[in-house]
Amino acid sequence: MATVTAATSVPPVRAQSARTSLQRSRRWALILSYVFLVIFAAFFLIPPYYMIVTSLKSNAEVAHLSSNPWLLSQGLTFENFRTLIEQTDFLLYFKNTVIVTVCVVVITMVVSVLAAFSLGRMKFWGSGILATGIFLTYLVPDSLLFIPLFQIVRGLGLLNSYWAMVLVYPTLTVPFCTWIMIGYFSSIPKELDEAAMIDGANHMQMLLRIFIPVALPGIIAATIFAFTVSWAAFVYPMAFLYSSDQLVLTVGTVTSLIRADVYQWGMLMAGALLAAAPPLIIYAFLMDYYIAGLTAGATKG
Amino acid sequence: MADVALRDVVKRFDNVEAVRQISLDIPDKEFVVLVGPSGCGKSTTLRMIAGLEEASAGDILIDGEKVNDVPPKDRDIAMVFQNYALYPHMTVFENMSFGLRLRRFPKAQIRERVEQAAKILDITDLLERRPKQLSGGQRQRVAMGRAIVRNPKVFLFDEPLSNLDAKLRVQMRTEIKRVHQKVKTTTVYVTHDQVEAMTLADRVVVMNGGRIEQIGTPQELYHNPKTRFVAGFIGSPAMNFMPARLETNGSGLSLRVSDKLAFPVPAGRTERYRPHVGKDLTFGLRPEHITEPRGEGRDPRCEFTVNLDVVEPMGMETMVFFTVGNTEVCGRVEPTAASGPGQPMRLYANLNHMHLIDPANDQVL
Repeated sequence: MATVTAATSVPPVRAQSARTSLQRSRRWALILSYVFLVIFAAFFLIPPYYMIVTSLKSNAEVAHLSSNPWLLSQGLTFENFRTLIEQTDFLLYFKNTVIVTVCVVVITMVVSVLAAFSLGRMKFWGSGILATGIFLTYLVPDSLLFIPLFQIVRGLGLLNSYWAMVLVYPTLTVPFCTWIMIGYFSSIPKELDEAAMIDGANHMQMLLRIFIPVALPGIIAATIFAFTVSWAAFVYPMAFLYSSDQLVLTVGTVTSLIRADVYQWGMLMAGALLAAAPPLIIYAFLMDYYIAGLTAGATKG
Repeated sequence: MADVALRDVVKRFDNVEAVRQISLDIPDKEFVVLVGPSGCGKSTTLRMIAGLEEASAGDILIDGEKVNDVPPKDRDIAMVFQNYALYPHMTVFENMSFGLRLRRFPKAQIRERVEQAAKILDITDLLERRPKQLSGGQRQRVAMGRAIVRNPKVFLFDEPLSNLDAKLRVQMRTEIKRVHQKVKTTTVYVTHDQVEAMTLADRVVVMNGGRIEQIGTPQELYHNPKTRFVAGFIGSPAMNFMPARLETNGSGLSLRVSDKLAFPVPAGRTERYRPHVGKDLTFGLRPEHITEPRGEGRDPRCEFTVNLDVVEPMGMETMVFFTVGNTEVCGRVEPTAASGPGQPMRLYANLNHMHLIDPANDQVL
């Protein structure tokens, strides 16, 4: 009996200090994480902020050495945006980029989904080696690959045409997209395939009616990747496109707005912002769907 | 007519034989259960019947036709999986009708079949829900509904109740039996649970190490096991096995179980066992045949007294554990008759249900 009372009298004191020290260490962890998150957020948000401010300034203010680069001191103006859209080929570049990106995303998704399904699901001799091989091709950087690709593109007569981009971007997007999707498909239980097979589905029906709907979050992730790579690619268009009517946004804004050593900062910033807008919108739209797809337990058979 | 036949079927994975020359005949409308421990080849056999695995050798026949090279969708079979395998992005109705929609059945017929199956399984209210909104038992019923709707020649069940909790398992077992009575179709059911096998099957196929140990009705397997494995596998709690020797005792035989304990062999078995006198044998007796002294006309020489080691009251009966020689033995007694642990108790061994096993080949004599 005595031992029981002794046991009940000691713990409250210990529990109290244990609770406090736990709370204390939790609070420290929280404070520390917030500190780093703020630094991180600042690091990533400062450039866009700078871009927005600069794009809304008049050229005079930008050129003025004593003006504060972080604040609009002489009122904002939309002159840069207007000039960019009306007096440069910006809209043409935008149109080209949209055509190239849409085509590349479609080609990439069709090829990657079919490849991932056959390499990940239909076991055939060499499928493992092929899958690894495809991923390894992704490891060769595009800044090296553009040299041999130049020969190929020229040989095909596609030099200085944005269709060369449609041919060449998939070499960047397909390996990685296939790889993520093989990984994603493997998380789908094999019994689902077997149930579909017994229900009477052939491989194509299994892919279209079961796999793709169930693997939608993974497919969306791969689409986002393919879109980003196509939209923001720089090395290949730089190497293969020359005339102004074939340029895409990334290369177009830079080459037309930087003449010799004259940088038209206001318009450059405006161009960069407008170019960044579509990916942002698409992300915002798709991310909700992507996360909803993940958390809805879509892959639980 | 939808009988299933396996003739000398073998399945090899690399160099390992998972299924070794299995031959089995399942007549139309029979409910056959393949039972055995993990890794015995029962699921592999089922998958070969389904067409999900290719047989390395031997023939598989459904309805008299050899189906070795026929793909699963053309074998007219339906399967219920252990983890249900429902399509998560479709409603219950769409899940159940998927097979029919693929085969381009008319819409009205699809609706009729699905509603009929839903009525049998009591899931009519769930038709517009998605699998993630259903409980385990409901999902299993939808999986069964998906199979019933196809009106197949053979139903295949691959451990369908293993993912359910104990209480639900008992409930669903009765459901399955009820459905089989309504939808009389040949069924092959795989489980590792011998209670499921005994309660559901018309005939049980006990498998071990890729081979069939014995085929028979549940009663046959319970009363007349042919091998030590079957004797020990069927029945819960498992049969007691003790080393023993036969001795001549006048004109009859007696079974010596330990220095202090020997039982008279029932007269009807004397001639069967006489050739094995003097050999080392294994004596098998089920716990339900070791009771407190009960029954008129019992042989008083089969009664004995032991000190109990452990007593487990189960409510309806009490399990008593005691030691004979070096073996722990289990008996099932009336709760009121049981004494306590460490206490002596008078028990009666009903030797009419005894089994003797030859340890050299594990065959029951």
